[in-house]
Amino acid sequence: MSMLAAGTAAPEFTLHSTPDQSVALKEFHGRNVILAFYPADWSPVCSDQLALYNELLDEFARLNAQLLAISVDGAWSHAALARERKYHFPLLSDFEPKGQVARAYGVYEEQAGVARRALFVIDGDGVIRWSHLSPMGVNPGAAGIVKALEALPSNNIQKTLPADVAQETP
Amino acid sequence: MTMHEDSILAVPVSAHDHAQGNIHAVVTLVEYGDFQCPACGSAYPLVKQIQHRYAGNLHFVFRHFPLSQAHPYAQLAAELAEAAAVEGRFWAMHDWLYENQAAWAPRGGAGLEAGVRALGLDEATIAATLRDPDIDTHIRRDFMGGVRSGVNGTPSFYVNGYLYQGDFDALVHSIGRVIARQA
Repeated sequence: MSMLAAGTAAPEFTLHSTPDQSVALKEFHGRNVILAFYPADWSPVCSDQLALYNELLDEFARLNAQLLAISVDGAWSHAALARERKYHFPLLSDFEPKGQVARAYGVYEEQAGVARRALFVIDGDGVIRWSHLSPMGVNPGAAGIVKALEALPSNNIQKTLPADVAQETP
Repeated sequence: MTMHEDSILAVPVSAHDHAQGNIHAVVTLVEYGDFQCPACGSAYPLVKQIQHRYAGNLHFVFRHFPLSQAHPYAQLAAELAEAAAVEGRFWAMHDWLYENQAAWAPRGGAGLEAGVRALGLDEATIAATLRDPDIDTHIRRDFMGGVRSGVNGTPSFYVNGYLYQGDFDALVHSIGRVIARQA
């Protein structure tokens, strides 16, 4: 199956974020979510996609967005990686059944047995509003995410309302 | 070279930038770098070689992209370079930070103080300048401009406004080709 496109309802999931805690997509209803699927923990740090996103958490928060990163690595690997790299966002473990969530989003790489490097921006109603697939070895950066979040109507209200109405908005 | 819209330099080079070389050069090379990043430290002498090799044909711009969570003193080092810039010594500090990265990085703030002394800067003046909020503003503006330009790690290089994704030898050849076309 191909990657889910903008306008599609985001498939619900519950995944372990640590060995004894789980995160469900529906917990973030009313907020925007950035889903970052990535192939594997422990890529080199200077060019690490997640290290970049870790620097942007304030910016994502300003745009009412929560970052959730997903790979097929186990929760213990995620815990060690988050501690080592000082990540301040959940790393979700799509481990058992392996790759089930990546499959639901159409971004599972069967031959390698890992998630592809794919990004989704999901709005507060649980609808995918933007998606992007990178080649495995290409770090997509964050320009596309920031632009997609800024384009969401909920983040754009000051621009879309007439100036006099916008001023009265609390 | 990727030509995707998310990998084009979003903030044009301006008088706000730290730049070296001929402003009318055929090639403008913009680096987004982090002073504590080992890969940036490795790239530093190579950039110097490129500047030497292409001399008047190259305009080099450095912008800050500190990955503060990965490199705990990267932000302070960037602030120190900006404080030195107020004294007209940005490039001296830039060079010192990369040439001595292995020595100061493990020692953090104490290691960075050695740079202030090495450049003969007044420690009290630098300390006062570091409290100026304009310094953080400049670094944050560089950082977010980089994010919008598709910077995906450090160092990231832009050749005439386009993100370069490849190894350093290929970057040198790419610059050489642009210059040859203009000759």
